[in-house]
Order: sequence, then C-alpha cells, then structure tokens
Amino acid sequence: MTAAAPAIAVEGLSKSFGGRTVVDALSLTVPAGKIMGFLGPNGSGKTTTIRLLCGLLTPDSGRGTCLGLDILTQSPEIRRQIGYMTQKFSFYEDLSIVENLDFVSRVFDLADRKRKVAATLERLGLADRRDQLAGQLSGGWKQRLALAACILHEPRLLLLDEPTAGVDPKARREFWEQIHALAADGLTVLVSTHYMDEAERCHEIAYLAYGRLLARGTVAEVIAAAGLTTFTAQDSGTGAMRIADLARALAGLPGLDLVAPFGSALHVGGGDAALLRHSLAPFLANPDFVWREDAPTLEDVFIHLMGRSTDNFAGGAR
Amino acid sequence: MTIRFGASAHRLWAMILKEFIQMRRDRLTFAMMVGIPLIQLILFGFAINSDPRHLPMAVLDSDRGPFGRALVASMQTSRYFDLVRFVASEDEADALLAEGKVQFVVSIPVDFSRRVARGERPALLVEADATDPAATLGALGALETMARTALDRDLTGSLAGLKASAPPFELRIHRRYNQEADTQYNVVPGLMGVVLTMTLVIMTALAVTRERERGTMENLLVMPLRPIEVMLGKIAPYVVVGYIQVAVIVITARLVFAVPIVGSLWLLTLTSVVFIAANLAIGFTFSTVAKNQTQAMQLSFFFFLPSILLSGFMFPFRGMPLWAQYLGEILPLTHFLRVVRGIMLKGNGPGEIAAEVAALAVILLVVSVVAVRRYRQTLD
Ligand SMILES: Nc1ncnc2c1ncn2[C@@H]1O[C@H](COP(=O)(O)OP(=O)(O)O)[C@@H](O)[C@H]1O
Ligand SMILES: [Mg+2]
Repeated sequence: MTAAAPAIAVEGLSKSFGGRTVVDALSLTVPAGKIMGFLGPNGSGKTTTIRLLCGLLTPDSGRGTCLGLDILTQSPEIRRQIGYMTQKFSFYEDLSIVENLDFVSRVFDLADRKRKVAATLERLGLADRRDQLAGQLSGGWKQRLALAACILHEPRLLLLDEPTAGVDPKARREFWEQIHALAADGLTVLVSTHYMDEAERCHEIAYLAYGRLLARGTVAEVIAAAGLTTFTAQDSGTGAMRIADLARALAGLPGLDLVAPFGSALHVGGGDAALLRHSLAPFLANPDFVWREDAPTLEDVFIHLMGRSTDNFAGGAR
Repeated sequence: MTIRFGASAHRLWAMILKEFIQMRRDRLTFAMMVGIPLIQLILFGFAINSDPRHLPMAVLDSDRGPFGRALVASMQTSRYFDLVRFVASEDEADALLAEGKVQFVVSIPVDFSRRVARGERPALLVEADATDPAATLGALGALETMARTALDRDLTGSLAGLKASAPPFELRIHRRYNQEADTQYNVVPGLMGVVLTMTLVIMTALAVTRERERGTMENLLVMPLRPIEVMLGKIAPYVVVGYIQVAVIVITARLVFAVPIVGSLWLLTLTSVVFIAANLAIGFTFSTVAKNQTQAMQLSFFFFLPSILLSGFMFPFRGMPLWAQYLGEILPLTHFLRVVRGIMLKGNGPGEIAAEVAALAVILLVVSVVAVRRYRQTLD
C-alpha cells in the first residue's frame, strides 16, 4: 500500500435487516490521514456502515478495503489495525480506568505494555483518575477513556461512532483537539456526528440518509453542490405581521424547501432559485420584514437533503 | 503472531484477569458462591439428623420361639420400631411394604431359636423400604447395635458363652426400592453435585449475556479475541469458584455432620474438575443462545430441573422408567453422583469410576464444541 492509497475504499456496500435495506449500495473513499465526518439523521445507517467496515457485520453485497485489507476476508487483520469507538460506551463499568486499559493492552499483547498504558493515560489527561471505576465517570471522561482504549494499540484508522453525543461543550472541544492531534500523527479518522460545528472541523464530510450517500466533499464543496438559495427575513418591528405569522404563511409554498426560525429571524431557502423567488415575491415587498439574501449554511443543506431524500424514499421503497 | 492459530496465552490471561476482577467486585455473586452450598447443606443436614422413630414394622415369625419374640420386644423398646402386625406369608409382607403401610419387615426363619441356642448364628432377614434412606437408616443403625445385646437377657446358663463375642445371629438387611442408597449420607455427596450444577451453569450463562446486555460484547468482538479464549477466560475463574464450593461442602459435611469420607480426596478433587468444566461449558452454551439475562436464567432452570429429577439425586436411578434413565445418562450430574458417591462412601478407586469420568469428559467435549461453534464473531 502506498502513501496515497485511501484508508477506506468501499463500493456498493448493502445491508438489510429483515428485508429493510439499511445501507444501500454505499460507495465511500476516505483518504489516508484525513478526518472524515460522517453525518446523517438517526437511523440513516452510520453505525451499520461502520460495523460493516470492521467486519462486525457481513454485507449482503458490495466489496471494499480498509487499510488495504479486504473487508470480507481479512477482518481479523483489519481489527488489529483499527480503533473502533462504539456509539454506546462499551468498556467495563466495574473496572477502573487503568484496569480497562490493562485489559486492552493484554489482549493486543502490546510490547512495553505498562509504559504504553501510562503514556496513554498521560496523553488523555486520565492519569489522575486512573483508579476510578469507569461506571462512576461522567460522560466526557467516559468518552476519553474509550478513546484512550481505542488508540492504545496504535491503530492506523479510527472509527468513532458519535463520540461526543451527550458531552458538554468544553469536553467536546477538548475531544476534538485530541482527534486533530491524532490526525496530525498520521491517523485516518472516520467520525460520525450530529453537530454542525464538528462537521466543520472535519477535512471532508459524507452525508448519509436512509442508507444512501447523498453528499461528499469539503464543507464548501457540499454547500456549493447543493445549489441552495437562501434568504433571511428580520422583523422590521413596524407592521402587524410577526415572524411566526410569516412562517405560517410561507409553509407549503412551492419552491420553499426549508423554513426555519432563528431567534427573531426566519431563514428560508430552496433548490430552485427561480421558483423560490417567485413564491417569495409578495413577501419580499412586505415592509413588515427586512429581507436579505445570504449564503446557505451546512445545516440548511442537510435539512434540504433530508427533505428531498424522504420523498425519494417514500416513493421508492415499500 | 497468533492471529489465526489456537488460543494465545496472553489473550486468555487478559480475559481471566478481567473476569477475576469483575467477580471480586460483584459481592452478590461472591456471597452466592459460598452461601448457597452452606445453606443447602444445613437444610439437608437437618433432614439427615431428624432420626425418625416409631417406624411401622411387620413381623413374619416362622419360628414362634422365645428368641424371636424377645428380639421383637426389644426392637419395640428401642422406640425405633412399632409392631403393626404379625403376618402369615411373604406375599402379605411384600404387599404391606409395597403399599407403604410398613417400613420394615422382619422375617424370623424356622428354627431360629434352636439354632441360636446351638450357636449356629442363623440369619435374621430385615427388609427395609429405603426410598427415603435418611428415614430408615437411623432405625437400621440402632438395629445393628441392638443385635449384639438383644438376646443377652435370654442367653443364660450354658448359653452365656454366646454373649458379646459376636452377635448370636446374623443380621441380613435388604433394602428395597433403592439399592444404591446404601448409606444415610448419600444425600451429602449428592448435594455437592446439585449445588455445583445450579450455581455454575447460572453463573456462566449470565457471564456472556451480561456482556451483550451491557453493550461490552461489541467491543469484545472487535478486539482480536478468539471464541475459545473468551470461553476459557470466562470458565477458568469459575472452576476456582467450583472448588471453593466443593471445599465448603466437604468440610461442612465432615465437621458438622460427620459424613465419612472413605475414598481419596485427591481423586475427588481430580475428577471434580471434569464435572465443573462440563457445567460451565453448558452455561456458556446457554449464554450463546439466550438473548438476555432473563432467558439465560430460564434456560438454566430448564436444565436444572431434569438434572435433579433424573440424575438419581431425587429418585433412585434404577427405579426410573427406561426412557428416563436414558435421558439421565446424558446429564453430567448423573455421572458425577456415581463418582462422588463411589469415592466418598464406597471408597472407589480410579478403576471403578473411570467409565463415569469418561462419560463426563465426552459430555464436556461435545458441549464445548457446540459452545465455540455457536459463539458468533459478528453481530449479524
Ligand atoms: N442488528 C439490527 N437488526 C435490525 N435492525 C437494525 C440492526 N441494527 C440497526 N438496525 C436498524 O437499521 C437502521 C440504521 O441503524 P444505524 O446504522 O444504527 O443508524 P445510525 O447509526 O445512522 O443512527 C435503524 O433503523 C436500525 O433500527
Ligand atoms: Mg448510530
């Protein structure tokens, strides 16, 4: 494998449970050394995809490689070289931090085991709490322990499944600093998340909905590819109509794919610029509001994509 | 590197250590390990000690001589035996015994008194309903001591020489319905097998389902652990638990209830490991089938019930219908009962128990293969 070879390259990966397709002909390439954000609504198949990558699930069809190893036939070798952090905390709550790490280090038969455990504790700031039971840690510390256990054996690829769900903002930021530090050391990271700010911290993002990959690229690329036009309406404070009334009036008009209140403002947008302008025309003239055309955010794009794929999904399956 | 081949020592050791730490932190399990055998033994121990009196007896007196009458009289004074009636024939006696109207039939043979007087030591046949060995054996024990002295008062004059040296007649005890239960202590070694079956199967059945329920299984699967390592790692600590239980039972049986241990403790220790491992492998298999801890418990009880009923612990094995005996033969407890009773009570050596230990080993092997094959390495 050369340096330029992708860390993950899968093609046409599909998986269904009881006749319901959860991952649908997914093709994805993750370049080595990059942080790839994996986004999508709940139930869109992120966890399932990650499990397919590390051989915890067998795909119904499709093929691909992880670190140059075949995901269908070489999953034991893949598992030795990746760190998988599960969505639900999956270390032992009745073991202390250091006991958990000792267990992992023994399973991997790490050379210089003690020193590596100590270094990892130090690196993630867990040294002071090494003897605390994992079950007594708060969410943020638990996630640090999980990350520590995942990087102990010096994997080349990290698969992190919603590592910061339910973690406070400060712990989240620190966690991301760790992830960036690891990427700087040359690790490839695939991290699923629901947070937009986290998506923007990734080198690239992939957006999944209903098992299908709907967008991929840098944040700017994904936003540009969506071709969204958006406006923000601010209440001018003069007329009788309020923002809530405007939202009600706009709902369901042709061309308006998203209508979302943000504090005292209303954010609207659509994929078809001409149709959007046509529907908005009467309101743009309304002096009760101050209108401004602006750049769509990543969140706009995702909501827009999700709305579109629901239609496809409802029309296609079942 | 041992990615593909066999079990590796360090991974196995990692599992064992982890299990030991978890076991140490789980106080309830720890209490259960020592508590259950003690409680069971004490409950059953009191049953052994209850030493019931006034057991119904029928007498078939074909002699009608003085010594026979004297013997029956002294049996009654011992208060262990209550004479229900004299019977005229063996058939009548058999019927009474079968119906459970009497617990003992004493047959005094023709010419009993004359032959005692001649010093010929005639046989006195006592048939006992041994369905409940604990109930009859106090009485039979009393009878044996009584045999030496029962006739002392009647052996006077020229017969005085027959006293004390040896009993003036030979006491022949026939146990009916339960030939195997030849000692009142039968229940204690049996209890050892029952306690081990109950606790060990449940413990391993829960050990793996717990990992699944807590979500730690996903992590265990993604790490380079092989099924055999997980299984052995889960089983090994409980072998120690099994031995703690064996020790608790043997020591309590010896010190509190004075159960004799005729055979070799070393042999018992050695053979127990096969039985302990077989139970643990069964528990592990259950845990690969069960979806959650409740199901694991149910499966364990489902297994426990026939073990108690068909192994010869509850009912005499040879007294069961043939189909039940066949079923019993595939239960580890059946074979272990024979081994442990053989060693503790009859003083059996390696040769006599080899077949039973081999049967246990076969069960262990078959169950282990099933367990390892059933253990899924994916979440599919
Ligand atoms: N083992 C399974 N059996 C049946 N359905 C499953 C299983 N795992 C996941 N699913 C279903 O597949 C869908 C996708 O789940 P998942 O991959 O966990 O999504 P995400 O991680 O994006 O939230 C969900 O609807 C979930 O209920
Ligand atoms: Mg998920």
